[in-house]
Amino acid sequence: MKLAAILVHLNPVAIPGALLILIGLWGILARQNLFKIAVAFSILGTGVNLVILSVGYIRGRTAPILDGEAAVASMTDPVPQALVLTAIVIGLAVTALLLSYAVRLRSGGGGSSIEVHGDEKW
Amino acid sequence: MMRRYLVGLILIGLAFALFPLLRQAGVAEAPGPLASAYLENSADDFGAANVVTAIVVSYRGFDTLGEVAVLFAATAGVGTLLTRRRLGKAVPPPGRQGGTEVLETASRLLAGLLIMFGAYIFIHGHLTPGGGFQGGVVVAVALLLGLLAKPDAQVSHRVMTTLESLSGAVYVGLGLLGIVLAGGFLDPRALPLGVVGQLFSAGSIPLIYSMIGLKVGAELSGIIDALKGDRS
Amino acid sequence: MMLEIAIIVAGVLMVGIAIATILTRSLLVSVIMSGGVSLLASLVFLLMGAPDVAMTEAVIGSGLTTVVFLYALSRAKQPDDEDAAALASPPGDDTDGGQP
Repeated sequence: MKLAAILVHLNPVAIPGALLILIGLWGILARQNLFKIAVAFSILGTGVNLVILSVGYIRGRTAPILDGEAAVASMTDPVPQALVLTAIVIGLAVTALLLSYAVRLRSGGGGSSIEVHGDEKW
Repeated sequence: MMRRYLVGLILIGLAFALFPLLRQAGVAEAPGPLASAYLENSADDFGAANVVTAIVVSYRGFDTLGEVAVLFAATAGVGTLLTRRRLGKAVPPPGRQGGTEVLETASRLLAGLLIMFGAYIFIHGHLTPGGGFQGGVVVAVALLLGLLAKPDAQVSHRVMTTLESLSGAVYVGLGLLGIVLAGGFLDPRALPLGVVGQLFSAGSIPLIYSMIGLKVGAELSGIIDALKGDRS
Repeated sequence: MMLEIAIIVAGVLMVGIAIATILTRSLLVSVIMSGGVSLLASLVFLLMGAPDVAMTEAVIGSGLTTVVFLYALSRAKQPDDEDAAALASPPGDDTDGGQP
């Protein structure tokens, strides 16, 4: 009974988000390849977006779009959605910047392991 | 070996930091006071049916302006990092053939449809899900389709730069119009609000979102073109 | 309740694919898999009542990000195995000396 109460209280969106953050950080720390690190960064970004959006998750409510029938009382929280919307676009631009640095580092000689590039990592 | 333990330690530490947060956060029962105010007032304030659009373009318009500026900075960064002078011309692999006639014609047809669809998404941003960012990406995908079907195609940089700077200037101009005709910078009440749910409603929100759409489309096309390289 | 079960299933799949993304050695596979993670995330966004965000994530996260990664991989002449130490063919080798 108590377990059920805890389970109902847990947010089903925030937990995979938090796990994705951990997985992304693991990839960033444990892998050497520059492109693999970029992939891990984009996974981390997805996780952060999920956690932010989970704040606005309300059970059984619909999208915040007004039309004749939908009542305001049955809508989810629109503020985190507006924040995440722009964050996703920025995420793509930052990933592209990251990748162009990786391409530059690789074409400047050396492999694509981050070890080769000196002091950027411990 | 040492490094592996350190990585594990950091991850376990972060997990311990995150877990109580998740247990206490839980699932909300109702939107907070700010969100409720946005939900109740957005139709009366700006006449926008899509509350998310009202927040992105009007209530938090400054955020979006700054965000578009960050996007521009990142695109400029990609462009400067991947110039031909620094990297050398990316030579297409030998033996790569262009698409067939059918592929090129079909992709040209589809690109027109995609641009129309993108424009539909960002013009209807205040009524339906979607808006400038999504529509802009769809416009960029139209260019990507052309590049995939015909790898040697040239992208006119002049057209893209003009489109990008023009839409940015009109965006800021519409914001300034809000100061003159209404309550403040980026206030959409500069134009008549109309009836909620109609295409010509919500003041200048559809115009601003269209400008954002064109700007995002041009910038993302620039990123794709710079990363693809091998222009002559 | 059905929606919540669907969200949980998508979340479990998402975490599984993300772990596989980090574990696999092939860069191409990991790029495609991270696109899959984004697609599932957009499904979760849709189920929790955020269609705007779901559209953005589907079109950017799983579409354009994957394309940008693939272009960057081919531009850098990166071998598919991430641990391949030696350069198969050094990039910048076959250029016109950087002259514009």
